[in-house]
Amino acid sequence: MPKVTYIEFNGTEHSIEVDKGLTIMEGAVQNNIPGIDADCGGSCACATCHVYVDDDWLDKLPEQSEAEKDMLDFAFETKPNSRLSCQIFLDENLDGVVVSLPEKQG
Amino acid sequence: MIKTDAVIIGAGPVGLFAVFELGILGLNAHVVDNLDKVGGQCIELYPDKPIYDIPALPICTGETLTNNLLEQIKPFKTSFHLNQRVNSLNKKDGKWIVETSDQTIFETPNIIIAGGVGSFEPRKPPIKGIENFEKSNLFYSVKNKNNFSNQNICIFGGGDSALDWAVELSNNAKKISLIHRRDEFRAAQHTVDKMMKLKAEGKIDLYTGYQPKQFIGKDKIEKIVIENDQKELKEIATDAVLAFFGLKMELGPIVNWGLNLENKTIVVNTENFETNEKGIFAVGDICTYPGKLKLILCGFHEAALAAQECFKRARPDEKYVFRFTTSSSDIHKRLGIK
Repeated sequence: MPKVTYIEFNGTEHSIEVDKGLTIMEGAVQNNIPGIDADCGGSCACATCHVYVDDDWLDKLPEQSEAEKDMLDFAFETKPNSRLSCQIFLDENLDGVVVSLPEKQG
Repeated sequence: MIKTDAVIIGAGPVGLFAVFELGILGLNAHVVDNLDKVGGQCIELYPDKPIYDIPALPICTGETLTNNLLEQIKPFKTSFHLNQRVNSLNKKDGKWIVETSDQTIFETPNIIIAGGVGSFEPRKPPIKGIENFEKSNLFYSVKNKNNFSNQNICIFGGGDSALDWAVELSNNAKKISLIHRRDEFRAAQHTVDKMMKLKAEGKIDLYTGYQPKQFIGKDKIEKIVIENDQKELKEIATDAVLAFFGLKMELGPIVNWGLNLENKTIVVNTENFETNEKGIFAVGDICTYPGKLKLILCGFHEAALAAQECFKRARPDEKYVFRFTTSSSDIHKRLGIK
């Protein structure tokens, strides 16, 4: 199972094994990791599952859809490595991925 | 004060279907929603996205679903109270007094909360201490465009609201500065074209790749500081700031109503979807119970069962009889079928 490390804004780290085929957002929600709201439930419609992906992993991610780019306009303090975690499905290539959470969602 | 059999909070699909289920039982309802239109998330978030799991509708968009539901509840001539939020609920002689942000007051035995993930509120710029400026020259919507005549205006955003107003206000403003975090725009292409033309004419200054960093001023914003990904800063003097960062959802005053909550949702029983308070029901995405699925179709079921209990509370002296819509003459009368 791919391991995902979520780093909260206050620095708290959570390393969790998440089932293949789930998204980074779903891994956080199912394991009650604070900092990801996912108001719309993963339909790329709200920008409350915003994460910063560790630079080492950026080129391994699936490409951003137009819908995701549009939605990111609504995220709080976006950076070049901002992504919506509901749009990143986990597989072996992402085993070990590290994401940091923003100060707040929306 | 408006007396009614039920107040429904939230005009999304489940709130609308609750109107129907109450209506065929002969109960009237008033619907309150914080948005300026009915439809809830279906209209605000995904009007054009197809939905595939509405029973007997193999495919329909959020907009079609909303329009169909409005057609279905037409016979009940429901009153909608839009652009207002329910602020408080208070018990009085076994009934509830419901008050909205527009001071609309209802007296009702039943409240059905069909609030989705809460009410839509404008998303604010990520800057500390901006609340001060909301009373002076920071706006999230334009109420009267004449207030902006002959001013230097900074507009944030890249969607339809931001670009529509940039184009519209450029007629009378001294100068428009439009700031957006990237060089692509979500707004309709013809609006983008118009904006680019105005930019070429020198009526709009466009700053792409920039985000708000600081608003400077005492009681009102006098200048803004924006920053790009290379951490370069720019200062722009301004008379007013319009921020169009879309809407976000907040549970809002619901948390103050003494209801049992779990993960930002309201705990209900599955017999009639009543909360821990008698006469307050929660249906749709906002309720939770063992096995809950956040599906529109589940919300419809929840609304139907809640309506039965609403009948008992609104008509304590009448006997409740279950009837099918296919055969009941009472229901046909209520639906206006001759």
